[in-house]
Amino acid sequence: MTTIEKFSYDNTSVRNFALATAFWGLIGMLVGLWAALQLIFPALNFATAEVTFGRIRPLHTNAVIFAFVGNGIFMGVYYSLQRLLKARMYSDLLSKIHFWGWQAIIVSAAITLPLGLTSSHEYAELLLPIDILIAVIWIVFGINMFGTILKRRENHLYVAIWFYIATWVTVTVLHIGNNLVIPVSFWKSYPVFAGVQDALVQWWYGHNAVAFFLTTPYLGLMYYYLPKAANRPVFSYRLSIIHFWALIFIYIWAGPHHLLYTSLPDWAQSLGTVFSIMLIAPSWGGMLNGLLTLRGAWDRVRTDPILKFMVVAITAYGMATFEGPMLSIKSVNAISHFTDWTIGHVHVGTLGWNGMLTFGVLYWLLPRIYGTKLYSVKLANTHFWIATLGTLFYTVPLYVAGWTQHFMWKGFLPSGALEYSNFLETVTAILPMYYMRAVGGTIYVLGVFVMIYNLRQTIKKGTLIENEAAEAPPLLPHPEGKPEHWHRRIERKPMLMLVGSTIAILIGGMVEFFPMVLLDENVPKIATVQPYTPLELEGRDLYVREGCMGCHSQMVRPFRWEVERYDLRGDAGYSKSGEFIYDRPFLWGSKRTGPDLHRVGKKYADSWHFMHMFEPTSTSPGSIMPPYPWMFYNNLDLTDLPAKIRVLQKLNTPYPEGFDEVAILDLKKQAKEITKNLKEQMASSIPDFEKQGINMEDLEEKEIIALIAYLQRLGMDIRPKD
Amino acid sequence: MKIIFFLILLSLLVAIGFLAAFIWAVRSGQYDDDVTPSIRILFDDTNEKSINDND
Repeated sequence: MTTIEKFSYDNTSVRNFALATAFWGLIGMLVGLWAALQLIFPALNFATAEVTFGRIRPLHTNAVIFAFVGNGIFMGVYYSLQRLLKARMYSDLLSKIHFWGWQAIIVSAAITLPLGLTSSHEYAELLLPIDILIAVIWIVFGINMFGTILKRRENHLYVAIWFYIATWVTVTVLHIGNNLVIPVSFWKSYPVFAGVQDALVQWWYGHNAVAFFLTTPYLGLMYYYLPKAANRPVFSYRLSIIHFWALIFIYIWAGPHHLLYTSLPDWAQSLGTVFSIMLIAPSWGGMLNGLLTLRGAWDRVRTDPILKFMVVAITAYGMATFEGPMLSIKSVNAISHFTDWTIGHVHVGTLGWNGMLTFGVLYWLLPRIYGTKLYSVKLANTHFWIATLGTLFYTVPLYVAGWTQHFMWKGFLPSGALEYSNFLETVTAILPMYYMRAVGGTIYVLGVFVMIYNLRQTIKKGTLIENEAAEAPPLLPHPEGKPEHWHRRIERKPMLMLVGSTIAILIGGMVEFFPMVLLDENVPKIATVQPYTPLELEGRDLYVREGCMGCHSQMVRPFRWEVERYDLRGDAGYSKSGEFIYDRPFLWGSKRTGPDLHRVGKKYADSWHFMHMFEPTSTSPGSIMPPYPWMFYNNLDLTDLPAKIRVLQKLNTPYPEGFDEVAILDLKKQAKEITKNLKEQMASSIPDFEKQGINMEDLEEKEIIALIAYLQRLGMDIRPKD
Repeated sequence: MKIIFFLILLSLLVAIGFLAAFIWAVRSGQYDDDVTPSIRILFDDTNEKSINDND
């Protein structure tokens, strides 16, 4: 005779994560919209450093990925996990710590990113102290999830749970792998890898962040909430199991497709391509499994907004996972890379798949935990159409922009000269598409306002069922009643095994890996490539602070049309891996809103950069680059310089012994020279700058001098000396 | 470029971890029944009366 156990589900945590999802979703998308508007109206940064494009772009990406989707994952997991396992979350305290800890991380990101405190690694911009907090809170989530799995009353782990487990394990490994840095001070650190190696680790991470943060947890949500909303079992449970295992084994290898035609070894690029193309199979298997779940329920899709959101979400998943493998083919990637096509592709996934699925789950789940019905089905339907239109208006113009850019970049005249030799022409040509994109973004955000109003009214109507009573028989330890074999006992603790093996993997990895980092004799070296001078190093850190890499790449790919455009003097060619060995972090970028800068050194006079940074349109009429006046008023902060030199020495940058003590002197000497050049070159316009409030007397102490020093150094090392 | 071997090794170890989990899942009978779990999730075990009590 089995006894039935009475227990309750924790809905408070679900509610908290749900509200956070809606709130941060709105904030993150508004920041994105603001960034999009700055691309057409650069003045919308209001001449404020903290909210200029380069700094709020990472704020947008972090907010929508980790705050909107992050909270969405936790909302969905906390609700479904308890019900799938017939058990309350392992610990209410851990649930609370998890919720508030995650919000604290988001707030600290929202403060530090506008301050220019960034690692420059895309989607991993947050700095070491926050990275540690993320690791702690992620482990709290892990303990809470695995604890619940251990005390479950249902033996079978539903496929959604496998997706959650894979998410947790892989994100743990990725987060640690991509944030291996040596601190200089509290907020400043340098990555242990340089150049090509740093790039490879970053995109191994970056791709898998998309795979294991934006995809696998949401597939778990799809496999739970779609059947629930449609009230029918998934089309093929067997296919869902195959979907999971196939996806997990293939996904982690696809990262190098972000680095096609760069200085990464060719075979690694091919590896990324092959696995990326293989990904179509499990992805489309999953998509079809989702859509076919609705067989016989399509009449309901016509009226039920929740199902509509989910259908469009799954369709967007299908489109993005078809497009992704196509973009991983080298010849297609040659077109798409560095253009707005990439941004369009990403937003099909995020606005379509993540956004729509989140909205569907919110509409389904909130009324349930409030014991009521949705306030207005009509408004939800309106939201659906607004969101769908917004997605289309957002993405289609960016595809057009991407192709336009590519064909303008590589257009040649019969004479053999570039058709659009001035990069600026290729920027102004796509501005209409940027307008349309901003319109699409506005429409999408309006939909979120409609949703928040609808959810608020729903909440007002009901009362939160904080502890939802449930009952289920306990899990019998071993139904056969036979004496246990030793390995069955271990097998019954799969979660402990999984956590244990993750830790083992990490320790094993570190042991393998640190000696290798410290003896990087294997990186191809070019004899003339020298470390950055202290002034250039400070300039480089400013380049990172301002987020220049958000719009400018530093990677001239081996195409005639790139070499012709960027290597004007014709003596440096495409970018070589040996040029990057002192680059910590690497700054190849992933988008060319402005031109590539890897060969910009000595292309222009110092005074050109000076005027251009103060008012870009003065040298480049029609430019959409924002001015950087604060770099002309701020003194260069040299507090960390000696420590920076020491850390870089530890990482095998060949600065001479004791260089940290003379670094500041060296810096001042170079700054003086540049200032002297500048004053000579612009003697006549000095009064104009003084009128703008720039103190030309102590110009050599300003940040702009360091930035100019860095820009003038780019690409110089492999050129023959003048 | 030893870093590539490191990443491959790390990825392989993750994959082996998942392979072990897969073998466990199959051998412990997780996938013996590949129909009922998909139907079972549709039934809520919530005690309806307690929801009403909450009002």
